[in-house]
Amino acid sequence: MGEWRVTNASMDPESSRISHVTISPSRHHHVAAYALPLSKQSYSVISAFCTEDNVLQCISYLNQELASLGLSMCLEDRSPEGTSLNAVPALNAMYELLQIHKRTMCTLEKMEEEQLKQSSTLEHLQISNSRLKDQLELSKRENSGLHETERQLQLKIKTLQSCLKTEKEEVQKLQSIISSRASQYSHDAKRKEREALKLKERLSQLLVDRKDKKIAIDVLNCLGRSDGKRSVWRTAKLVASHESDMYKTLLSDYETSQKALIMENAELKKVLQQMKKEMIHILTPRHQPASGAAADDSQEQVELDEERDTSREALDQSCEHAREQLLNSIRQQWRKLRNHVVKLDQASHMQNQMEPNKEMIPLETHEDEMARMRQEVQQCKEFIQTQQQLLLQQLNTSFDDETAVFLNGCYTLEEKERLKEEWKLFEEQKRNFEKERRNFTEAAIRLGREKMAFEEDRAAWLKNQFLNSTPFTDRRRCSSSDGQSALSIRSEPEIRMSSVKAKRSKSPIYSTFSTPKPSRTSLVPSTAELYRALRLLSDSRDSSKHSNRGQWQESSTTEDQHPHVKSSIQAHTGEMSIFTFDDHSVT
Amino acid sequence: MNFSEVFKQSNQLCKVSPDGKYLATCVQYRLVVRDISTLQILQLYTCLDQVSHMEWSSDSLFILCAMYKRGLVQVWSLEQPDWHCKIDEGSIGLVSSRWSPDGRHILNTTEFHLRITVWSLCTKAVSYIKYPKACQKGIDFSTDGSYMALAERRDCKDCISIFVCDDWHLLRHFETETQDLAGLEWSPNGCVLAVWDSCLEYKVLLYSLDGRLLSTYSAYEWSLGVKSVSWSPSSQFLAIGSYDEKVRILNHITWKKIVQFEHPAVIENTKATVYKEVEKRPAEVRDEFSLHNVTMDSTLFSTQSKYEICSLPVQIPAVKPDPDRANPKIGVSVLAFSSDSRYLATKNDNMPTAIWVWDMQKMSLEAVLEHTLSVRCFLWDPCRPRLALCTGNSKLYLWSPGGCVSVQVPVEGDFQVQSLKWHCNGDSVILLGKEQLCLCYMDTEQEEKLNS
Repeated sequence: MGEWRVTNASMDPESSRISHVTISPSRHHHVAAYALPLSKQSYSVISAFCTEDNVLQCISYLNQELASLGLSMCLEDRSPEGTSLNAVPALNAMYELLQIHKRTMCTLEKMEEEQLKQSSTLEHLQISNSRLKDQLELSKRENSGLHETERQLQLKIKTLQSCLKTEKEEVQKLQSIISSRASQYSHDAKRKEREALKLKERLSQLLVDRKDKKIAIDVLNCLGRSDGKRSVWRTAKLVASHESDMYKTLLSDYETSQKALIMENAELKKVLQQMKKEMIHILTPRHQPASGAAADDSQEQVELDEERDTSREALDQSCEHAREQLLNSIRQQWRKLRNHVVKLDQASHMQNQMEPNKEMIPLETHEDEMARMRQEVQQCKEFIQTQQQLLLQQLNTSFDDETAVFLNGCYTLEEKERLKEEWKLFEEQKRNFEKERRNFTEAAIRLGREKMAFEEDRAAWLKNQFLNSTPFTDRRRCSSSDGQSALSIRSEPEIRMSSVKAKRSKSPIYSTFSTPKPSRTSLVPSTAELYRALRLLSDSRDSSKHSNRGQWQESSTTEDQHPHVKSSIQAHTGEMSIFTFDDHSVT
Repeated sequence: MNFSEVFKQSNQLCKVSPDGKYLATCVQYRLVVRDISTLQILQLYTCLDQVSHMEWSSDSLFILCAMYKRGLVQVWSLEQPDWHCKIDEGSIGLVSSRWSPDGRHILNTTEFHLRITVWSLCTKAVSYIKYPKACQKGIDFSTDGSYMALAERRDCKDCISIFVCDDWHLLRHFETETQDLAGLEWSPNGCVLAVWDSCLEYKVLLYSLDGRLLSTYSAYEWSLGVKSVSWSPSSQFLAIGSYDEKVRILNHITWKKIVQFEHPAVIENTKATVYKEVEKRPAEVRDEFSLHNVTMDSTLFSTQSKYEICSLPVQIPAVKPDPDRANPKIGVSVLAFSSDSRYLATKNDNMPTAIWVWDMQKMSLEAVLEHTLSVRCFLWDPCRPRLALCTGNSKLYLWSPGGCVSVQVPVEGDFQVQSLKWHCNGDSVILLGKEQLCLCYMDTEQEEKLNS
């Protein structure tokens, strides 16, 4: 197939005509004969084909040809004056011929196209084929190469295995040789040593036997012993004394070492006891404040107390009896301490883990706390409002001065009492808070700080409010209280900001700020002052604003250790003055 | 720091009497005894031949001079210059001679370690001890001088004899569990005897005075073992230096290892101070000297050196030993405790230029002294924690916990300190050159400066 295609492709230029031929093989020669002239020199040939003279022949010929082509052969018009070209059938025949020609041309074109396509695909296939062949060849070569290397490697493995075997054998051989050599060596060494010994003996014998005159000591006069004593005869007694001396030295050595050990032991015991004491000391106060908190803690406490008692007893006893108890108690306590430390470690670890999502965990407690605070603030606000209402009522019902003063006094007293109650409640709450706060972890402490700041703010505000609400602080009161209330509602973010600021400052602020004294309200203002304060504010607005600010600044400068607070308060005052203005413009 | 003038000596034979009053030196066949304070010659003795060994008796009254080649020992009296004593070992030969602790007996070891002859100067009596073992340290007297331990070899087995030095009565005799005993040493309190095997096996045995085996210690097997052993003066520690470049410290109660000191080639992660001797260029020296206006011929042309504190890590130059040779130059060969047992100085043979000082209280490395030359000798001050060392050049090096100094010996001519010896009160050091000696007096100011 391939080869046929190849040859076909080689005859490419002719292919169009050949394909045409294949359709009508019977007319092969004729068409071939016409095709060539038709395509190129149509006119000249036709003119040459038919002349004036051979019209008839031409017609008959064409007729014949048309017949052979299967068309109607009615070109001849057999008229009496001879055959002549019948125009209509001739034209029909021509048309048909043209049609045929068109069709053939069409098919030819198609065929050519197809041919081209096929040839290109063929080419492509051939290329891919050759490429694949190449690949095949290459892979075959590779394969053979790999086979070769595999063979070689296997050969190598075989040789190596044999090598290993021989090496192993050699190692074994060598080991056996070494061991035999070693034994031989030791044997030889012993033999040699014995020989040497014999030789030495012989030598010494010979040297002794020769009565070497040279071996001698020549001393002018004998010396006394270094200790000044005389030498003693060798007796059994002397031997015994040597033994006893030796044992004496040994004994003394042991005694000294024992003494040292006892000393060390005593020291260690002291250290142990001290440690124990300290441990008890460390462990006990930890549980005392938390006694109500956990049941097992209290249990532990009890255990600890017991232990302390037993250990105290143990300390008094002699060490041998006490040792076990002491050790046990120490061990127990140590275990407890270790557990505690482990717990602490875990807690700190947890804390550390929490650190990244700090915002998440304390949020609940934070919100809780915040809600409580808000509630409290709300309460306070209500309280203030009632106060204000009362004041307004009092002012609206135009009492005479005396009654007003009297009533005012009553109100203030009432207020005082109520405030006292409130404060008591508040203090209690505060205490509770403090307790809770102590139990909180670091996050809670942070929160506590926030709370503290908040409280501080509130306390300051309350104080101020309180001061303002008392009648003797004349015209400032109404405006500032109004402004403050408006402020406290509207400027929560600012409060938060201030709390953040205050966080950085020290905690003692809390205590200093949180105790505004209700006794400050003891002075009773006159009605005139009250009137001025509430109604005639418009004419002294500016001055009040100024004085207000001045007052605030004054109060803030008294706590000059806390610059953050001061600034926050100043910020408030600014806002407050605006609010007061608005408030009064409306009324 | 002051230096005396230079005296002649030969064979590095120079010893201070145990009472610290006299200095005996040998010059060829002459024995010179000087007063240590004035350095004036008190006595001069003439021996029969060149002296190969010289030793003071414990009471500082007699001096023993051994001439090994001739097999002769001569004893001189300091009090009675006329008195003389000559011991002739004859044809049996002599390889070692020493005083007994009482200073009235002389122990001579004959050639081939055939026997030890004990000569009494009191009675002229002679007694023999057979089968002494030829080894690193086969004989040791207890510190109080009452007992002598002697390594013996009988029937291809090691054994130890303990003698009472008073009358050479054999107190104990026992076999040891060693393959080839290499040495023995009494603890300073005289109650424990440390015995170690040859380097082929790491084995240290501890025997009581009465011959009981107290403990056996072996750190590892199949490798070269113990190279040196040393007791701390308090008898509390036994330091064992071995071929694996480590020192192991055993305690005196359980005889187990407390700590192990390694000698790494690179020092890092330690609180120890590393002092490195740095040689200064002569030019600088000249400048300095012109500044200080000091004119010393010998020091002018020799290179000055000083210690510098190195920042860690520090690489200590190490020599790779030849594995095919016997007794490879590797491992801890010298151990020395300071007199107060506070410090331990060691030398690792494949790092010959470095001395390591260990703190025995902290059980850690205290200091490393690295020198330009290999260390020849190092000794602790017998009274203070102060280490003196020499490297075979003209300098003396001193270390104390306060710091480290190198001192040029201001001596004319070529004086290379080969070894040194402390005076027993620690106030002076005797520096021994090849043929000369010189005394170095420590002044207290210097010491204070050193300590501060």
